[in-house]
Amino acid sequence: MPAQHTPHTSAAPARHYLNDGYGIKSWLLTRDHKRIALLYLVGVTFFFFVGGAFAVLIRLELATPAGDLVSDDTYNKLFTMHGVMMVFFFLIPSIPAVLGNFLVPIMIGAKDLAFPKLNLASWYIYMLGGLFTLWALVNGGVDTGWTFYTPFSTVSSTTNVIPTAVGIFITGFSSILTGLNFIVTIHKMRAPGMTWFRMPLFLWSMYATSIIFVLGTPVIAITLALVAVERLFHLGFFDPRYGGDPVLFQHMFWFYSHPAVYIMVLPAMGVVSELVAAGCRKEVYGYKFVAFASVAIAVLSFLVWGHHMFVAGESVYAAMIFSILSFFVAIPSAVKVFNWTATMYRGSVSWETPMLYSYGFIGLFTIGGLTGLFLAAVGVDVHVTDTYFIIAHFHYIMVGGAIMGYLGGLHFWWPKMTGRLYNEGLAKLSAGIIFIGFNLTFFPQFVLGYLGMPRRYHAYPPDFQVLNVLSSAGASILGIGYLIPMCYLMWSLRYGPLAGSNPWGAVGLEWTTTSPPPTENFEHPPTVDWEPYDYPSVQGAEPRVV
Amino acid sequence: MSSHTHHGALAHQFEDLTQQREVASLGMWLFLVTEILFFGGLFLVYSVYRSWYPAAFTAGSHELLVWAGTTNTVVLITSSLTMALAVHAAETGNRRALILLLLATMALGCVFLGIKSYEYWTEYIEHHIPAHGFEFQKEYFFQAQIFFSLYFVMTGLHALHMIIGLGIMSVMVWMSWRGKITPEYPNPIEVSGLYWHFVDIVWIFLFPLLYLIGRHVH
Repeated sequence: MPAQHTPHTSAAPARHYLNDGYGIKSWLLTRDHKRIALLYLVGVTFFFFVGGAFAVLIRLELATPAGDLVSDDTYNKLFTMHGVMMVFFFLIPSIPAVLGNFLVPIMIGAKDLAFPKLNLASWYIYMLGGLFTLWALVNGGVDTGWTFYTPFSTVSSTTNVIPTAVGIFITGFSSILTGLNFIVTIHKMRAPGMTWFRMPLFLWSMYATSIIFVLGTPVIAITLALVAVERLFHLGFFDPRYGGDPVLFQHMFWFYSHPAVYIMVLPAMGVVSELVAAGCRKEVYGYKFVAFASVAIAVLSFLVWGHHMFVAGESVYAAMIFSILSFFVAIPSAVKVFNWTATMYRGSVSWETPMLYSYGFIGLFTIGGLTGLFLAAVGVDVHVTDTYFIIAHFHYIMVGGAIMGYLGGLHFWWPKMTGRLYNEGLAKLSAGIIFIGFNLTFFPQFVLGYLGMPRRYHAYPPDFQVLNVLSSAGASILGIGYLIPMCYLMWSLRYGPLAGSNPWGAVGLEWTTTSPPPTENFEHPPTVDWEPYDYPSVQGAEPRVV
Repeated sequence: MSSHTHHGALAHQFEDLTQQREVASLGMWLFLVTEILFFGGLFLVYSVYRSWYPAAFTAGSHELLVWAGTTNTVVLITSSLTMALAVHAAETGNRRALILLLLATMALGCVFLGIKSYEYWTEYIEHHIPAHGFEFQKEYFFQAQIFFSLYFVMTGLHALHMIIGLGIMSVMVWMSWRGKITPEYPNPIEVSGLYWHFVDIVWIFLFPLLYLIGRHVH
């Protein structure tokens, strides 16, 4: 058995994808999915901190009841820019384009994705769209909210709607190409013996996410194109003055943008399945249920968009049906939560950093999911529509869920990606800070919303100040929590101890190759003859490899 | 890379040419799925407004040049035939026929775009450009603008796909000329053919929806 297959080796491989070519050209023209993943990592991290800067300004403004820091117009632009940056340029690409890009080919035992050139093109398209949008936001901004509701976006707003829409339109193609690449790769590139039900659950969630990428993204593309055309040529598709229907825009927008929420959380669920199995040294309880739950969530995601429009003049019958369908989403979501918990039951549960993020994800996702059920109920939704209750709910899913999963996955696979270990003490500390900061930021917003504080206002009655100050204080803690990993992960690149091929003693093809892996991923093309999460075999020994 | 297949066209990530061919084909089919959803948004908008404003849509439809739309339908279907024959020529290694058929496909595509431009010109002359000097019978003034907005956006997006298709076909001619297309590696021609047929099929739906509304009454 080759030495690099042995777990806990401390020697660095002589040849790997990071030293296979040096210089800026070897990165910017690479077709290696692992290098493209790192390019994406740089991109999403940049846009994350840009979006975060806008959030800082929002929370600073809301620290006092008066609208004193920024004007109302500026505030409108701030929350729009925060939403646009975070949704389209951080949350949607984060796990698929960084961790997915790195792991999908390795986890199925392939040399690369099916379309390496398209993969690189998708990064360029993403960066082009992101920088174009950033330019539009900095150079005047846009004030419609990330939802671009008509006719405000097509008639009333005097800000950079068209450039922002164009930027998002461009970036949409990077999502489409990534999703297409993953689906084809998973169908056609699996190593001998890697059957569908031997695939890690992360791949099932990547597959489900890709379905949404491929089916949903074109719809937002044509919708934003119609908004831009309507604005440019003064057409009347969504303008009631000319016989158009603004609610039709909302239908089309949410037909993508609700599934987009699952683009954000499904990959995080896949990460958590891997983390829980490795952290508990156990097979994931009910593998097939968890796998099909991902697909079920992807399918249901396309049937629930109307729950964003309960107060938008939707018929009461449509509202009832969308309400019931939205409740159905709770079933596969709960299957996952129960199965992770059941996996932990009598497992050898670890307290390493990736597991801390998994605990955070499971708890916060549960709160976010359950409050989603409140909102699926038409009566409650009418009461809290456009209040901070909504803000709190979706931040529990997107920040408490998606970002926790992303950070957990980044910590789990960091040794594989870089070949180095980070400082475990600092990592645990920052995971704790993020958890506390997150809850302090967003839990008060549930209360604020239930008490009736509306979203998207820069001033509020003094009664709400205590809860808002708590939230702003939490945001500053959360911000520090996000900065610490930046520092110790960068530090680890140079000074971290060598990781060895399998620092966690985990199973899965990615742990059978070196850290960092060679350019072609495996010294010898692997053959798989074991079931997923075959954990008892690793206890005190090496994982089974061929 | 497997040692027994050393074909120049085999990319490093694949085991053999069969896998590469299946991947290319599945990739293009998936891309066409995204295209269906992309055009699907427009067909949705069309369906909503046609069901709301049937009379205005009929009146708007009667202003279009049916002979031009019909001719273009025939032209495009013929181009699909030449494209299908081109794929066959690629698979059988008939390079001369392949290049000629690709050029024929491109020529038919250009004829389509020429006729389409003439139609746009006519509609400009007759003041059927929405929100820019639009003239129409008063009762349908706004609703017919929605029809013509949809007409221009849908046929415009289709024409854009035709232009991209012509660009792809130019690359295919160049590749065939350079001998890069072989019976073992007809993938580029095959997937370009899938794209071309898709663009044709979109027109097959656009033609009756835009040109033939209410024709049966007359």
